[in-house]
Amino acid sequence: MKIYVPLDSAAKALGADAVANAIVEQAAARGLDVQVIRNGSRGMVWLEPLVEVGDDRQAFGPVSVADVPALLDGKLKGHGKVADIAFFAKQTRLTFARCGVIDPLDMDDYQAHGGLVGLRRAVGMTGTEIVTEVTESGLRGRGGAGFPTGIKWNTVAGAQASQKYIVCNADEGDSGTFADRMIMEGDPFTLIEGMVIAGIAVGATKGYVYLRSEYPDAIKIMRQAVEIARNSGVIGGSVLGSNRAFDMEIRVGAGAYVCGEETSLLNSLEGKRGVVRAKPPLPALEGFLGKPTVVNNVISLATIPVIMEKGAQNYQNFGLGRSRGTIPIQIAGNVAHGGLFEAAFGMPLGELIDDIAGGTATGRPVKAVQVGGPLGAYFPRAKFDTPFGYEDFDGQGGLIGHAGIVVFDDSTDMLGMARFAMEFCAVESCGKCTPCRIGAVRGVETIDRIGRGDAAAVEILTDLCETMRDGSLCALGGFTPFPVMSALTHFPDDFATNKEAAE
Amino acid sequence: MSASQATIETLARILAAHDGLEGPLLPILHAVQAELGFIPEDVQPIIAAHLNISKAEVHGVVTFYHDFRAAPAGRHVVKICRAEACQAMGANGLADATLAKLGVAWHGTTANGAVTIEPVYCLGLCACGPAAMVDDRVVGRVDTAKMDELLAEAGA
Repeated sequence: MKIYVPLDSAAKALGADAVANAIVEQAAARGLDVQVIRNGSRGMVWLEPLVEVGDDRQAFGPVSVADVPALLDGKLKGHGKVADIAFFAKQTRLTFARCGVIDPLDMDDYQAHGGLVGLRRAVGMTGTEIVTEVTESGLRGRGGAGFPTGIKWNTVAGAQASQKYIVCNADEGDSGTFADRMIMEGDPFTLIEGMVIAGIAVGATKGYVYLRSEYPDAIKIMRQAVEIARNSGVIGGSVLGSNRAFDMEIRVGAGAYVCGEETSLLNSLEGKRGVVRAKPPLPALEGFLGKPTVVNNVISLATIPVIMEKGAQNYQNFGLGRSRGTIPIQIAGNVAHGGLFEAAFGMPLGELIDDIAGGTATGRPVKAVQVGGPLGAYFPRAKFDTPFGYEDFDGQGGLIGHAGIVVFDDSTDMLGMARFAMEFCAVESCGKCTPCRIGAVRGVETIDRIGRGDAAAVEILTDLCETMRDGSLCALGGFTPFPVMSALTHFPDDFATNKEAAE
Repeated sequence: MSASQATIETLARILAAHDGLEGPLLPILHAVQAELGFIPEDVQPIIAAHLNISKAEVHGVVTFYHDFRAAPAGRHVVKICRAEACQAMGANGLADATLAKLGVAWHGTTANGAVTIEPVYCLGLCACGPAAMVDDRVVGRVDTAKMDELLAEAGA
């Protein structure tokens, strides 16, 4: 009998390792023929550790060590099949189709579930044909900026250079996001496959994954996966026996949020301070070591295999407006049913929060949600009918970013959250441009003035945010005004109450 | 102050192991910190000479990144997530209580040298916060009781 216990960080953080050990020990003591497989996570974090039993994947969770005897006796109450759990059944899993299903480091298991089909197709195509396919899929950068992936690839493909690079941005620093981590821990080969396809498409033979140091488990799994891929001939001098070459390395960041910005990431990868570069030149033309470089987010690259496997049209058929395909939405913070929910673009924000995720964990009313990480706007309930799409969120003064949603209940002090946004910007600013470096520090001080009841400071804060938005070099300083101003605009009472209290 | 003979030999080994890498400085610094526990001031000129860059450039990189230490940490490092998703689940209260209990500020080390407490901005455990990490081990849904357990295990 097969028993699946996730090795995903979130599952481990909730005790999965101890549960896996207990299953192995107690099954051996009973003389049961049990094979424990460490899979990725299905993304239903409130059920972790989510243990699955048998080929029909009966789900149990959260399972504690104390539950293991009942589990092995067949007496533990479960949730039925994983695929039938409402949170899971409502999803459209394309990028995450294998995540949680397979053993992440088993190349045979990977191939048995559609792995390498896309790459096999790609090695028989010209670079131009691959770029066209990706462009037609409508895939846009999942890191946050939403730039069309095919167009970026086309620029790199057209550049003439002795060496080109594929750089995967795995510096997933946004609070409320964990999709990159989940796919790297749960289906690392799909990222590798996506990078190889990108390499073939643009003529790059070397790739780097810039992976944040805060993800030690993902680093270990990705390093093993690269080794296995090399030994299996997926990467190396001859990709799948073809005349294409591609090799790659995992590089570890050093705890700087700003290195998620592509130009500071490139500086960091080169061994420099992670300061932002002015654009132009675009990284697509002068990127890593001055050579043409594709810099794509983990999810963008990990989605390439399924596009190549099922075709651009299949992917393009999902979505809303100019937001095509699916998006792995991460629902986090104070939430009853938190986790990763992959769906076609277009689902209203409120449906995700209230229906899919079941509201807050504390059971109190939802006060606000922050979408898109620490640089994303706070949305009040009044905006919960906004459909999940790039343009739709932009139109509401927000951004979807890397598609993380952080839920807050009504005990949250929004002035405090606005202050934190400025404080975070001050801690993480690379220091290159003044609006960000100085503005964030002044921002904290100005919000403290408002907190002390100085009404005149509101106008100063508004003006400061305008300066940061228009004058910063990158999104760190440029977007910090989103959470600050949205908190001020939508939750004026939190700023007013403090005022009255001070008077 | 110049590096000891043992440090020089360690450095030589680390530098040789990273020969041929494109952009080797961060991997070298990670390796130095993994072996020595921090980046001693006196190894910076050795690295600079080897990579043919200035001492100022090495110093600039070491001081830019939160991960690199100028002095050794405690025997265990406990990182408490301060990011928004964990705040929504009470991370601020947890952090305040932990710092107060140990009588240290952020980045401080307990008097017995057992534990250094650091802030971290997101461990990707945003649906099971508040999150913490003890050395490389992740822990979710940390309340003060759980934190007390972790600190006791670490010998704080």
